[in-house]
Amino acid sequence: MASTETQSIQRMPVVSRYLRVWYTFCRNSLIRDMSFRTDFILQCITSMSWAAMNFVLFKIIYRFTSSIGPESGWHENEFFVFLGTVWIINGLIQLMFMGNFDEFSEMIRTGGLDFALLKPIDTQFLISFPRMNWAQIPNVLLGVGLVISSVVALWHEPGKDLGFAWWTIFAYLFFVLCGVVVMYSVMIALASTSIWLGRNQNLYDFWFYITNFYRYPMEIYQRGGIGWALWGTFTFVVPILVVSNVPARVLANPLGGSWRLWEWGYAGLGAFMAVASLFASRWIFNRALRSYRSASS
Amino acid sequence: MNAEAEVVLAARSLPGLRRIQKWWTFFKISLNERLVYRGDFMLGTLMRFLPTLTQIFLWWAIFESLPNASESANGPTGQIAGYRYGDMVAYYLMVTISRAFSSMPGLTSGITRLVRTGEIKKFLIQPIDLLGSLLVQRVAHKLVYYFIAALPFAFVFFLCRGYFLDGWPDLEVLFVFLVSLILSFVLGFFLEACLGLVSFWLLEVSSLAFIYMLLNFLLSGHMFPLELLPGWLQFFVDWMPLKYLAYFPAAVFLGKLDRTEMYEGLFVELVWVCLFLALARILWSRGIVRYSGFGG
Repeated sequence: MASTETQSIQRMPVVSRYLRVWYTFCRNSLIRDMSFRTDFILQCITSMSWAAMNFVLFKIIYRFTSSIGPESGWHENEFFVFLGTVWIINGLIQLMFMGNFDEFSEMIRTGGLDFALLKPIDTQFLISFPRMNWAQIPNVLLGVGLVISSVVALWHEPGKDLGFAWWTIFAYLFFVLCGVVVMYSVMIALASTSIWLGRNQNLYDFWFYITNFYRYPMEIYQRGGIGWALWGTFTFVVPILVVSNVPARVLANPLGGSWRLWEWGYAGLGAFMAVASLFASRWIFNRALRSYRSASS
Repeated sequence: MNAEAEVVLAARSLPGLRRIQKWWTFFKISLNERLVYRGDFMLGTLMRFLPTLTQIFLWWAIFESLPNASESANGPTGQIAGYRYGDMVAYYLMVTISRAFSSMPGLTSGITRLVRTGEIKKFLIQPIDLLGSLLVQRVAHKLVYYFIAALPFAFVFFLCRGYFLDGWPDLEVLFVFLVSLILSFVLGFFLEACLGLVSFWLLEVSSLAFIYMLLNFLLSGHMFPLELLPGWLQFFVDWMPLKYLAYFPAAVFLGKLDRTEMYEGLFVELVWVCLFLALARILWSRGIVRYSGFGG
């Protein structure tokens, strides 16, 4: 029986084969998460409290100012659309990839990567997806909640022109997806360095410090020499600023009215960067794999 | 000769010297332990300033958005809760110094692990005090940290010297600042040690430690100057020990407090240190009575 099943799997189209494996990964992780229920609930509470604290920080900031950046349009409600978007993207990344990359650098140190290389499946796929951290789901939902409530508040705000059309919601989802792809690519590029460095102790810290830059509207960097340099770097080289800024702009439309030319260009850049960074990171990953020398047992 | 044997031998030698010798050995071991990873350290320290960089731009944008803001040589004018733009950045920089003294990574979880794995038995048998040895280790680790981190810190502070609008404070303030930093180290140590020692009663203190970390982040002044909090919270925060872990030394240095407030604060900090020291001692002596170790 087993052999006929194997044969039928081999005859499946590549995509559905991978989806099937992915589905199994998801299910296994869920089973694992559910067997440590208290831990699961604690993790949920932990990550949600971080989000709550983030929220409080900006609530306090908006006691003193009406917007972040003059004429940038990031007033309170617009900004909370932005913040919610960051939570969603961050939550999705942590849900799907964070644990796996921790595991990956451990695999390099112990030589466990050998086994991943031997499997008849794409190595990058195999190391990217096996473990889902389901405890991050509440964070994503919290982000969705914040985005929806802020958009509703904007909707009722007198004098605010959201420019909302039926396709806005699809555009938003599309750019959130692009954002996740970019973040994934940055992460895999970063993780690849641990092949060269033996083991990258600071990987998680480094990730935290880098992603720190995409948690704010890009307008804050558009001042001073260093600011513009940061803006340029994180837009064109490591495009993490487009990750959060494009979808948030689509939904919140901070400047009101119809989009300016540069806003269209920026959105285009967001889509382009998703594809480009995916290819670039794949290239880096394969390059790094060539330098893998296993570890002595 | 392994380290522990050395300690035991030291304890058997001259009665007057043996205490000092014992702690000196502990100190040396911990010092060397830390010096191993110095490269990693320097890089890590520099990276620690990256969030400060975003804070600089975030607050720049915020100060520029204030009603009737204008630009000056030192960036935007205007004030938020008594902080000019430069003060705000300087505050975040100073908080990194306070945190370098008061944060105790791994202390609570370390004690919890000792209790859970039963390794704590070694402190019941050997003539070594748990809290004392942990403190000596911490001092050694921190000293190494300052020694290595001094360079990146000096570099960043030199680059950012323009944000310190009033320049250096006078000697008296500097002295109080230094004392408050040392006290914040001791306070941080005993506070987290108390949390760890609770594990004699509760098996899992990680959620407790998490609540502490959250409160610490929000109410110690780590995330923003405490003056930004709404009034009703400020009164509460003023008397809590948490503000001494980040806000207080920074506020002293930046001249946010007048003389009386400064010494009053220092006194309250000292009281908190004594309280938590006593609490840690009590928890330890009660804890080991409760504790039962098997096998090993």
